[in-house]
Amino acid sequence: MKYLDEYRDPAKVKALLKEIESVVTKNWAIMEICGGQTHAFLHHGLDAMLPPQIELVHGPGCPVCVTPLEQIDRALAIASRPDVIFTSYGDMLRVPGSTKDLFTVRAQGGNVRTVYSPLEAVQIAEANPDKQVVFFAIGFETTAPANAMAVLQAKNKNIKNFSVLVSHVRVPPAMEAILGSKTNRVEAFLAAGHVCAVMGFHEYPPIAGKYNVPIVVTGFEPIDLLNGLLAAVKQLEGGQAFAENQYQRAVKFDGNESAQKTIQSVFQSTDRKWRGIGVIPQSGWGLSAEFQEFDAEKRFDVENIFTQESSLCIAGEILQGLKKPPQCSAFGKQCTQQTPLGAPMVSAEGACAAYYRYHREEIKA
Amino acid sequence: MNDDFDFEGYTCPVPIRPTETVILGHGSGGTLSRDLLNRLFLPELGKAAPRALDDSAVVTIDGQRYALTTDSHVVSPLFFPGGDIGRLAICGTVNDLAMVGATPVALTCGFVLEEGLSFDVLQRVVASMKAAAQEAGVFIAAGDTKVVQKGSADQLFINTSGMGKIPDGVAISGANAKEGDVVVISGTIGDHGIAVLSAREGLGFETTLESDVAPLNHLIQAMIGAGEIHVLRDPTRGGLATSLVEISEQSQVIIELNEPSLPFKPAVKAACEMLGFDPLYVANEGKLVAFVKESDAQNVLEVMKQTKYGEEAAIIGKVTGSGKLQVRLKTAIGGTRLVDMLPGEMLPRIC
Repeated sequence: MKYLDEYRDPAKVKALLKEIESVVTKNWAIMEICGGQTHAFLHHGLDAMLPPQIELVHGPGCPVCVTPLEQIDRALAIASRPDVIFTSYGDMLRVPGSTKDLFTVRAQGGNVRTVYSPLEAVQIAEANPDKQVVFFAIGFETTAPANAMAVLQAKNKNIKNFSVLVSHVRVPPAMEAILGSKTNRVEAFLAAGHVCAVMGFHEYPPIAGKYNVPIVVTGFEPIDLLNGLLAAVKQLEGGQAFAENQYQRAVKFDGNESAQKTIQSVFQSTDRKWRGIGVIPQSGWGLSAEFQEFDAEKRFDVENIFTQESSLCIAGEILQGLKKPPQCSAFGKQCTQQTPLGAPMVSAEGACAAYYRYHREEIKA
Repeated sequence: MNDDFDFEGYTCPVPIRPTETVILGHGSGGTLSRDLLNRLFLPELGKAAPRALDDSAVVTIDGQRYALTTDSHVVSPLFFPGGDIGRLAICGTVNDLAMVGATPVALTCGFVLEEGLSFDVLQRVVASMKAAAQEAGVFIAAGDTKVVQKGSADQLFINTSGMGKIPDGVAISGANAKEGDVVVISGTIGDHGIAVLSAREGLGFETTLESDVAPLNHLIQAMIGAGEIHVLRDPTRGGLATSLVEISEQSQVIIELNEPSLPFKPAVKAACEMLGFDPLYVANEGKLVAFVKESDAQNVLEVMKQTKYGEEAAIIGKVTGSGKLQVRLKTAIGGTRLVDMLPGEMLPRIC
């Protein structure tokens, strides 16, 4: 298929692998930030084809995985109300809260619907004026513009029965949290191409300089991933550390400015808790003062739901790249895709789920 | 930014199993469905069903083997590009019978109708059932109708059961795959699932993709005449991946698929890329996967290609070992990865 096959060309893959092999002399730990990239590495079997000196560290860039437990519990409380139609992207439905998930809420009579765009949720609100329609606005910078647009549209149309449960997170603060951690072992980053398509990469040169770490904006196809790795390895081997763009067909330095304006008109920077990591200062977005009326947490009085996470899985270590999923004693045993112990097993883009699907020795049916 | 940021002590939640209530994933054909079978239905009801994982049961009466199966059909919308619930109900049961090598003979059908359903809709469904039964060469021998209050069902549900006769010398089961067998698919993968999804969700694809729903018994008849067939399965809910994992488990063999050989319609591939679906998990209703004795594979493939529903048949893999449950995929770029069952409902990803 056009625009895909040329980025999955086996001959080009082979040539790039050879080039990386010829450049690499030392061991390097490189983090791909985005869960989509983790998934792509394993889906194509590319991780196992890399030279042994390159260790991939799978980053926290899966929005489903890092949405905190208490935010899921708030969603479950709202979705269980008889006056509510709760709308969400599909893969949030299976994420376990502390007692159940959205599938179970639906099975128990809750009106939970999958939407493909937040604008659909606004349409549902228009069509059901006697119901409260709530959209679960999670995600990184990639989903923020559409989510902001939904809020703007509801305001412009004066739709009073629409609100959003916001849990937006941003990539650069997470990168700084990882780099600033005492246990950090990440030596270079593949930055998330889709996030940069929206935000550009003007935030990255200061981070590259401050922490002396190469940052390469990278796409999602095998050729993109290998080009990103090659650029990172060249910088590492050459003792350099700067931000560069290997995903030029989608990313400009300043990003998509009209999308950024839309985000800024609705959201403001705020502290966010990340599941498996903890609170990272100024690492997310919440509704700005002007749009508080659309805040589902306030409308349904769920702000005071706080949930303590228990200590059964090692998601924190996985998300920092200190351990690989198979090194967890629960992996593939107590913790499977049907019974996820922790967030990285839940979403298709979580590191544990990707290993579970593509890298087990034998399938347990 | 706090430079002493410390990750210690951050952990994950306790496990939850959705055991209190039935959820939609229990009907998805994947591991949740399997879990329901293994934990409840098989221990309580299926003790005498050693071939419970095949598409049809095999019952022997006075030395003659018969295939017996049942299938309930619930689809929204009732009419979709390329088919409707009526054609689906006939083809589903005909195909389940044919997948153990049986010649389908007779079907029964049970209708659950929602109060308020228009006769026009019902008539169109019945006409479609009649046409599909004629095409397959089966007759409908018995039926039943129930009407439930408005809101208690979604317009119309159809159950069909069927029986067929298994000719002597035919031994087809998910448990019969052997090392060296060649894996053949009868055509493009994922057409039905994406066609129904597109019609239901109004995704607005520019091309109209049609469901592949079709009776495969004539195709299978031709295949049986052309070579030694060990396994047949129609990869419906859960898709090709789930069917292959089931066969790998039943036969305890290692199956290796070759990604570049998998046939897809470009529209299906594009839709899957967009939605984050893996087409290996998308439902088919007019396709079969066959495990054929290596020396007969080419002949069987040629015969398939001459039939209406096998024109795009292709060899997609082989059985490379035994004694282990594993399905592997050689990816287009030359890598290798594991293929697993569908865990629950297939979910469109967030970004």
